[in-house]
Amino acid sequence: MCGIVGLFLKDRSLEPQLGSLLTDMLITMTDRGPDSAGIAIYGEENANISKLTVQSDTPDQAFATLEADLGTALGSPVHLRRKDTHAVLNIPRGQLIAARAALAALNPDIRVMSAGDTVEIYKEVGLPKEVAARFDLRAMSGTHGIGHTRMATESMVTTMGAHPFNTGPDQCLVHNGSLSNHNRLRRKLQREGIHIETENDTEVGAAYLTWRMQNGATLGEALKSSLNDLDGFFTFLVGTKDGFGVVRDPIACKPAVMAETDQYVAFGSEYRALVNLPGIEQARVWEPEPATVYFWSHADTSTPTEKAA
Amino acid sequence: MQTIDMANTPLRDLNATLQAQAEATNQTAWEIVNPKGSHAIAVGLDAEIEVTVKGSTGYYCGGMNKLATINVHGSVGPGVAENMMSGTVIIDGDASQYAGATGHGGTLIIKGNASSRCGISMKGIDIIVHGNVGHMSAFMAQSGNLVVCGDAGDALGDSIYEARLFVRGSVKSLGADCIEKDMRPEHIALLTDLLERGGCDAKPEEFKRYGSARQLYNFNIDNAY
Repeated sequence: MCGIVGLFLKDRSLEPQLGSLLTDMLITMTDRGPDSAGIAIYGEENANISKLTVQSDTPDQAFATLEADLGTALGSPVHLRRKDTHAVLNIPRGQLIAARAALAALNPDIRVMSAGDTVEIYKEVGLPKEVAARFDLRAMSGTHGIGHTRMATESMVTTMGAHPFNTGPDQCLVHNGSLSNHNRLRRKLQREGIHIETENDTEVGAAYLTWRMQNGATLGEALKSSLNDLDGFFTFLVGTKDGFGVVRDPIACKPAVMAETDQYVAFGSEYRALVNLPGIEQARVWEPEPATVYFWSHADTSTPTEKAA
Repeated sequence: MQTIDMANTPLRDLNATLQAQAEATNQTAWEIVNPKGSHAIAVGLDAEIEVTVKGSTGYYCGGMNKLATINVHGSVGPGVAENMMSGTVIIDGDASQYAGATGHGGTLIIKGNASSRCGISMKGIDIIVHGNVGHMSAFMAQSGNLVVCGDAGDALGDSIYEARLFVRGSVKSLGADCIEKDMRPEHIALLTDLLERGGCDAKPEEFKRYGSARQLYNFNIDNAY
């Protein structure tokens, strides 16, 4: 059991409240996942910068001179904003790959939580309300975000075992369920050169999507083929730069509830997570169909739902 | 009318109060406000009381019900009226997965749609759905009646025993050993009563009946112990 929440805002006036709305949803899902929690928030785009969110178990030492060191290595200015064990590095647009390589050379113990233009991922071990407080998630604004509360079944309770998992630039995945063919798939993906760090099943699911997209698939195609290639139970919520997508396995025993109003599209593992959203009494509330890929995108509002399977 | 506000009443106190109502109670009408998707509301009741839930609920609303009438003015999460013995549960909105699972008796009326596995392993309950039901509904259904005024999803009635399934709309696919059967006069009479009890605006002649072909392993006497 795990808890998933997601909020995609249509009404820009709600953007300053995104962090607080998502945090309340996340804390409501504590019963479903008290081990760890994480959130991916998509903030305002700045055309000149990209962002790396990084984590260290020894942040005092690791982040002390990182801003200057990385700036020197890249030959251009870098800005570091620390939040507890995490730090967000603003990198000149177009230098994300170079920055990751430089970061690995400077300090291989620093882990990259997310990379992209607008996404920031924060995740740690602990109760969701504690994790939210450590990163001051309530104060964050943004266009959309997804979150996860974890009850570990397939691997250790560690920071790297927490969700969301970054699957590509500005893309991330949260998962409720358990994959049963992740060991075989991990070996296959590692032979293909995909970097997988933990024994976690969801990381393999994320790596699978990354691998499919590196080979030319769109996110929608990758999600659709995951229905054939991933064995087990899953409700996936996938964050992208423009919005989020939902897919459930064909058996669909992992719960999912969606609510839509003129102001937002919301996702919760349970209706409880949605009850304090503004106007929920008038929202259209429904369950996403099994084996069907749904997307909501700021980029294309004309087709909010894509049925793929 | 007694009102219990879940904003200031713990769930255990709510259920203990309702469960304490004796058979001959004169407090027969109860209203629950601010359910806000909470789990296990009004479970294990054992008296002829009427409970109205003003809003949507989470998992297992009305589970193990005996005698009571529970009406939810909203939608319900997974496992509504699970293992119901008798009484009536009415859902004004939609129901999530495994509505009425393993129910032994009573009537479950869903005025919206029901999700997957509606009536899984039903053992005598009558389930009347005004809308559609999802995939694997009536899986291993043993006894009772499932009425669907809309459409049914994939694998309806997989591995079914003796339950009767009536569907007005389309059936996406039938599960293993489930077949369409003739609507004989006794089935029309039975369905007429079920539709009336469910408050359905539908004619029994519009429905098709499905049930067990009795061809699976367990129906062969040579496989008996």
